[in-house]
Amino acid sequence: MTVDETPILVDPEVTTPVTPHRRREWGEVVILYGLSIGLALGISAALVAFTGGSWREVFSAIVEGSLTRPGRWGKTLAQSAPLLLVAVGTIVTTRSGLVNIGQEGQLLMGATAAAFVATRLGGPGPVLLVGALVAGAAAGGLWAALAALMRYWRKVPEVISTLLMVFIAFSLTGYLLSSKSLLLDRDPARANRSVTSGQVPSDVRLPTIRLFGNEFHSGVLIALATALLLAYLLGRTVWGFRVRMLGHNPRAAQRAGVDEARSGTLAMATSGALSGLAGAVMLTGGVANYRLTPGFSNNVGWEGLLVALLARASALLAIPMALLFGGLRTGSGFLASTGVERKIVDVVQALLVLALLVPPAVLYVRQRRRALAATRDRT
Amino acid sequence: MGDFLGAVGDVLTSSTFYASAARLSALLMFAAVGELVAERAGTLNISVEGMFLSGAFASALGYHLTGSVVLGLVVGIAGGLLIAALQANLSHRLPADQFVVGLTLNVLVVGLAAFLDSNIKPVVEAASVLEIPLLSDIPLIGPALFGQTWPVYLIYPLVPAIGWLLYRTRWGLEVRAVGENPQSADVSGIHVNKRRRQSIYVSGLAAGLAGGVFVLGLIGSFDVGMVGGRGFVAIAAVIFGGWTVKGTVAGSLLFGVADSFRFTLPSLGYQVNPNLLAAMPYILTLAVMMFFAYRSRQPRALAQPFIRGLR
Repeated sequence: MTVDETPILVDPEVTTPVTPHRRREWGEVVILYGLSIGLALGISAALVAFTGGSWREVFSAIVEGSLTRPGRWGKTLAQSAPLLLVAVGTIVTTRSGLVNIGQEGQLLMGATAAAFVATRLGGPGPVLLVGALVAGAAAGGLWAALAALMRYWRKVPEVISTLLMVFIAFSLTGYLLSSKSLLLDRDPARANRSVTSGQVPSDVRLPTIRLFGNEFHSGVLIALATALLLAYLLGRTVWGFRVRMLGHNPRAAQRAGVDEARSGTLAMATSGALSGLAGAVMLTGGVANYRLTPGFSNNVGWEGLLVALLARASALLAIPMALLFGGLRTGSGFLASTGVERKIVDVVQALLVLALLVPPAVLYVRQRRRALAATRDRT
Repeated sequence: MGDFLGAVGDVLTSSTFYASAARLSALLMFAAVGELVAERAGTLNISVEGMFLSGAFASALGYHLTGSVVLGLVVGIAGGLLIAALQANLSHRLPADQFVVGLTLNVLVVGLAAFLDSNIKPVVEAASVLEIPLLSDIPLIGPALFGQTWPVYLIYPLVPAIGWLLYRTRWGLEVRAVGENPQSADVSGIHVNKRRRQSIYVSGLAAGLAGGVFVLGLIGSFDVGMVGGRGFVAIAAVIFGGWTVKGTVAGSLLFGVADSFRFTLPSLGYQVNPNLLAAMPYILTLAVMMFFAYRSRQPRALAQPFIRGLR
């Protein structure tokens, strides 16, 4: 460690921030984002046109289906809630410098635990509902904490372990849904071969909120409150400061008294818990007709991860991004009328993400190049 | 337990089991040896799943348009390379995060393949079976190793070629140096990100070929769900094999056998729960990483981006 302790002599002139071209940089930002988003939408439109559809119709179908038709924006809110929960959880790990890419599995484990509480335990409805949500969060948190444990105890990179555990979660849920003594529906009238859990009883479901002719489950409020709470926790509390310090420089954080293993595991568990909560909210909020199915998570975990990436580690920015993705999801339901395969929405989403990834990367490269040129001029 | 042993015995004497295990292992091996090159260069190339599916769809399309298996495979390779080009340039020319890019590409390929498949509906036929005389008459393993459709045999030259490339060429040495210590490699005049991009192209080529062999050599049709996580199993095989060619081949064989158990047991009349077998590759890989970490050392710069001057 002696290398780190040697004092570094800094020329005060070199460290003064280089900001000569503020206006030009803003122009660059706008042009870059405009170009890359335009390119993404252009490719999508070309794909639609190539298959004989009309991109105008597709666009208006998505807007109608997610926003303007009666009752549709409530659906969009309901779709966005789990995406937001997953995204906010992901932001906690991103801030702590860990990479969690196992949200899909953590969400599924959360939904599975919630299904167990909601369909297999007895008790008064509200208690069971809270129990299901807590169980979901706990299951997701434990699933993620296992990955953190493997990282700090056996040095298994968390990127690999979280990814691999997604598929283990799928198998585990599939196994639990394979036998009536576990989670499979015990209803004798169950359609043969349908592999689902029992339905969540009506008093264990999230209460529905009605607003201006739109209906959505109260999980929307949970998600919104969680996002605001975590924005506060990350930005304004000692815990948040520890997490961010760990993300910026783990060695400095450790010198300052942050226990890397403990804080990292906590951050990972928080992230998993929010994904698990998202799963529980989906189940008690009516996804798949209040039943757990083997493919229950339906890419919400992956998409929530993308939302977090687009929000660039800001819990507040995650809110509009989650709404955008939720809207694309609900809007895709209206594409059937235009004769365009609804999978085009997945393509648009992915292209948009790629389009929003490129400008910051290009700006970073250009900024570095400029800074290097500036230091070269001085020497 | 006796029942279980009986089942295993039945499976081990069934020649269809050996044939399907060999096919599925070969399939994984194509993708895994390519992934091995990328990981030795220090990139955890998770878009291999997308490259696999892209190769599968592209080769179905190529066969649909040309009616030739060879051209189908070539188009399949091009499909894999297309995804590789995106991954390589976004994450190793521009500094976009490699996992973000990889996951997004996987989503993109699933959407794109489903969209195009429902519009074009390519018609595909499997390639002809090529039985190698004498060798394919060996009981049990003969038909498995020497009685397959001809694209499957491409794995026999591919594995030694990858081994030669990694361990017997200057390029391979540089790739391994880049994966171990990019700073030193950079100082010695190796273009770190260029080698990483090239290694991703190798991975895209192999994964695209895997997709092509899957469609044209094994199944003879295309379905969006056909790859279904096999790209991730290939990543698991590389890690399970401790980042060596031999280990990767062993991992692919083991996971291919597990895969074929899932299909063979029901056809022999046994009731099995497929979920545990499906999870086996992942559980085994995690166990190996946890308990044999001292034997299988990962490339030291694995999954760490390289930007000159930053550490």
